Order: sequence, then structure tokens, then C-alpha cells
Amino acid sequence: MTFINYASREINCKIVYYGPGLCGKTTNLQYIYDSTAPQAKGKLISLATETDRTLFFDFMPLELGTVRGFKTRFHLYTVPGQVYYDASRKLILKGVDGVVFVADSQEERMDANIESLYNLEENLKSQGYDLQQLPYVLQLNKRDLPNVVPVDELAGELQRKDEPVYEAIASKGDGVFDTLKAVAKQVLTELRKG
Amino acid sequence: MAETPFIIREHQFQKIKALLAKLCVESAARVVFLVDRDGQPIAFHGDIGSMDTTSFSSLAAGNVAATTSMAKLLGEDIFPTVVHEGERESIYICVIGRSLLVVVFDERSTLGLVKLRTKKASYELAAMIQEMALDSERSRTEETSFFAEITDEDIDSLFS
Repeated sequence: MTFINYASREINCKIVYYGPGLCGKTTNLQYIYDSTAPQAKGKLISLATETDRTLFFDFMPLELGTVRGFKTRFHLYTVPGQVYYDASRKLILKGVDGVVFVADSQEERMDANIESLYNLEENLKSQGYDLQQLPYVLQLNKRDLPNVVPVDELAGELQRKDEPVYEAIASKGDGVFDTLKAVAKQVLTELRKG
Repeated sequence: MAETPFIIREHQFQKIKALLAKLCVESAARVVFLVDRDGQPIAFHGDIGSMDTTSFSSLAAGNVAATTSMAKLLGEDIFPTVVHEGERESIYICVIGRSLLVVVFDERSTLGLVKLRTKKASYELAAMIQEMALDSERSRTEETSFFAEITDEDIDSLFS
């Protein structure tokens, strides 16, 4: 849920990065964190296991600038990808304003992508949201790996509506900001529509 | 579609700040926060030092979300309060509808005092939050016209 504070003239929005385990959600956030000026970001909080797998969520606040005198701050979250952390994923979707689905382009992860996308739709429903109505972007990550599914085929399988699709290599930053901009723009446009 | 935006007006914000300031003094707390249950910071009063208040709010909400789910697994509806006691600093979190009142205190106060004062303040805050929620819903049309003035160029300028 977008928060508008007239006293501090701030707009706060929540964006969630969703996707199967090891698809690169945290890598997206890490790249944004590493490439953003210190004054525009808060800490990158990572609630991870000892082996660096996301346990509950990763979080970072990001200030993009002002629109009509209002500071716009995006709260970026990732969910844990592993199937057995479903309860955590549901909690993180509460109050969401926009979703990025990070797909792993490797052939052997196709089933995991499909399962995670289905899980996203189900969990959104359980929180009272409809993916069709929510600001949403599909990112096809790990395009630099040798065994990737062709873009057309992958997008054809995973696209749910006319959402923007971006190819990415999150570890190098390719496509990371394009994805973020696309979802942030949709969230602000949604606010404009009311 | 996303939910109706939650709007905080200047006069409402000042009322909340005043109430938090009063609670901070009366409970001898270090700092008092009002946080939305989805993790958005609303207001705070007190000595934050170098604390990252945005991250703190998000983690407090995550903490309550997790304990609420644990409560449900046990057949409880909710754990209305959550306490963490440290060697020097402690945290008391009280769930007030869609918001969380978070009190950070040290050896200058006691859990008993914090509980007592927080309970009193929570009634007033609950009424204020309810008023803000109703106000947000009522003024949706008005806000829509304000934000309708945002142009594509305004949005693009954020990313230039």
C-alpha cells in the first residue's frame, strides 16, 4: 500500500522481487545497492541462512528523487525462493505495490520458474491481490549462461499479461535498472490513475 | 489492483508526533516509533542516534508478521505484544490494528512502566489511525486529481 505523508512530503511504495531459488533476486538488490549513491539508499538488510540463502527477506530503501515536491521512496524486498519458505513469501507480499518476477533462464530451471510463478499468483490471491491488476515486470535473468532457453520461448511460457520483459545478467548489472525503472514507473502511473 | 493509498495529513502527523513525544517522556523510553504493519515507518520521537529508522521499521513489521503467523499455528489469533530484552536496550512492540507501536528503552525504564504507558497511549493512537484510514478512503477522489497532474515527464525525470 502506497503511503503518502503530506507533513514530510513523501511517497513510500513497496516493490517485491519474486522468483525461484537462486534465480538472482538478491543479486538484483545487491547490484542496485552497490551502484546507488549513499545518500539515496538505506542499509541493505539480508535475513539469510549461514549459506547466504534468503531466509525471510532482503530489504533496501531507495530514494529516487522528487515528483511534484514529493520525495519518492521505494522499499525493495526479495522473498526466499525455496519452496518450503512459503509462509515467509506470503507475509512479504502484504502491502505490495509492484512485483518483479525474476526468472532463471537456464533450461533445467524452467519447471522451477513455472512453479514459482504459479505460487506468486496463488499467494497474491490469498492476500487479496490480482496479478492482472498489479504493476508487474518479468525479468529473464542469467542470459550469459550457455544453456539458456531462447527469449521468445521463455517469455511465451512465463508472460501473464502484457507486462514488460527484460533480459538481464544481474551479476553484471545488465537489465537490473531497466527492470526497476519499469516497475517503479508502473507503480507511479497506478497512483496517478487512483 | 493495489490498495487505496494511506494518506497522512499535516495536522494528523503533528498529533501523532505529540502523542509519541508524550509516551516517550512518560515511559522514560529512548525512542518511540509508529510503524505500519507492512513495514512503512509513519513517525517517531526520541533519540535515534545513528539508527536506520527505515530498516528498523521494516524489521519490526517482519518480526510481528512472523510471530502472528506462529500464533495462528498455535490456534491464537495474534500475539498482541512482542518483547525483546537485551543487556542494555530492549524493545516492546504493541499491535494497534494496522499499525505497530514500538518502544525502545534502556535501564532508565522498566518493562512494567513501558507496558502501562503504552497501553494508555494505544487507545488514543488507535482512534487516530482509524481516522486517518477513513480520511484516506474519503479523500481518494481528491487525491486522485492531485496525482493525476503527474505527467510522464515527471516520472521519467526520476530516472534521468
